Amino acid sequence: MRLLLKSHLACKNFPLRVQERIIEGLLWLSAVITILITAAIIWVLLSESVSFFSEVSIIDFLTDKEWTPLFAQKHFGILPLVAGTLLTTAIAIAVALPIGLTIAVYLNEYAPGRFKQTVKPLLEILATIPTVVYGFFALTVVTPFLQKIIPTLAGFNALSAGIVMGIMIIPMISSLSEDAISAVPRSLREAAYGMGSTRLQTAFGVMVPAASSGIVVSVILAISRAVGETMIVAIAAGQQPRLTLDPTVPIETITTYIVQVSLGDVPHGSLEYRTIFAAGITLFIFTFALNNLSFWIKKKYQEKYD
Amino acid sequence: MSKKPYKLEARNLNAFYGGFHALKDINIAMEEKAVTAFIGPSGCGKSTFLRTLNRMNDYIDGFRVEGDILLDGRDIYGKDVRVDELRKEVGMVFQKPNPFPKTIFENVVYGLKIQGIKDKKVLTEAAERSLRQTALWEEVKDKMDKSALALSGGQQQRLCIARALAISPSVILMDEPTSALDPISTAKIEELIYELKNDYTIVIVTHNMQQAGRVSDQTAFFYMGELVEYAKTKTMFTSPKHERTQNYITGRFG
Repeated sequence: MRLLLKSHLACKNFPLRVQERIIEGLLWLSAVITILITAAIIWVLLSESVSFFSEVSIIDFLTDKEWTPLFAQKHFGILPLVAGTLLTTAIAIAVALPIGLTIAVYLNEYAPGRFKQTVKPLLEILATIPTVVYGFFALTVVTPFLQKIIPTLAGFNALSAGIVMGIMIIPMISSLSEDAISAVPRSLREAAYGMGSTRLQTAFGVMVPAASSGIVVSVILAISRAVGETMIVAIAAGQQPRLTLDPTVPIETITTYIVQVSLGDVPHGSLEYRTIFAAGITLFIFTFALNNLSFWIKKKYQEKYD
Repeated sequence: MSKKPYKLEARNLNAFYGGFHALKDINIAMEEKAVTAFIGPSGCGKSTFLRTLNRMNDYIDGFRVEGDILLDGRDIYGKDVRVDELRKEVGMVFQKPNPFPKTIFENVVYGLKIQGIKDKKVLTEAAERSLRQTALWEEVKDKMDKSALALSGGQQQRLCIARALAISPSVILMDEPTSALDPISTAKIEELIYELKNDYTIVIVTHNMQQAGRVSDQTAFFYMGELVEYAKTKTMFTSPKHERTQNYITGRFG
């Protein structure tokens, strides 16, 4: 209050109302610029996709089982790329969900307060490692290790990329889930203990279900992150679009394909060039839907347990 | 009235939160199938003492007790005591109704389910029995699969009592069970306490003098971590021995 008064006095000759208007205008401008940029990106995606779909039928795009836009025999079926994306994402979630949730429960229910305060930020460091480092880790450490167990494993494969991606998103799930479990009223924990529950029964019978909306949101955000992840899969999963659920062979994700074409020598404005926009909009629809779903779940169930 | 055996006993009990001496040398013996009320101003240690009776303070960092608490003559802080088993014997009802965010049925049978009882018939019967005991059955029998959170505050609290009864404890601890409720719900809970003492040993913490007078057989007055006076409720309310007790129950402080 005092500061405000001071600055007011300092610009005595400058009417307060004009000052207010300028600040208001600047704030408005920054908000509008953000929205405009988003709108512009969507516009570019849409317009390029429209011209792509004027040449390739959307039915072929969604049903053709091959994706070979760079070959002489061109096929434009997005399914192999979608399958590659979903496969690596599924492996990542299969790794991250059990580990992340276990960590969240451990930190909340078992770990002493000081331990939790140390470990949680440490875990979040995992999220700050550049993804290119994770990519090389997958290719040069995890794949050779896995090849000792599965000799038929290809040098580039979905398994190793998925596992490493899973490690990358553990902190996302553990941290957000831990927040959700912490937010469950203490009275519920006391009720569970008061009924003779063990710690394990309290954690999985009462706390986790009560925090389920927050946990689901954390998983959806993690899925969204995994779907959009580029570097790890580009380095370790291969560049061979293939409609398969076999995690041991090279595949290609939507993101990897976009990288491949962007870095290649495909002429601007060609049909091959426009494929990346079609792939991009597919990816955008996935992540947009997931983020909205998490937003909706959060809104619908958040206050339920208060 | 014949002398009833002691159900719960504290001997030279001291409790500490870190360096804070919360309970000072408490000696008290509570009768079986009777209601004992703990009264006293906020921060006097009555809730802390109640929570030592089922070791609910175990999870608080820096909390420790010295001395003994005997349940049927057995020290509940003994090394061989499993705290989850203890709490099946000593149930608890809290200040704010805290049903689980589950259905009414799931709430009542929670304690049985965690003991591994899966038989649907056993669970259904136990649920009905406990809900009848708390006079809630008629109100909820048609909506057993609805969320417990949809009930009114008073109904939720009776559901929490039913939930505690379902695992057949012998002692029920109540920590200001009506402080969040309206007068009508409060009256229902008090009636219920009166009924329950035929089968259970009840210990209740209350801020409400009239409530202590209405429901309890024995009253203990705590002040600054000490047990100042412990007597038959009638005696305490008509002729308290200590001046501090007199001042408190007549509303001169606290």
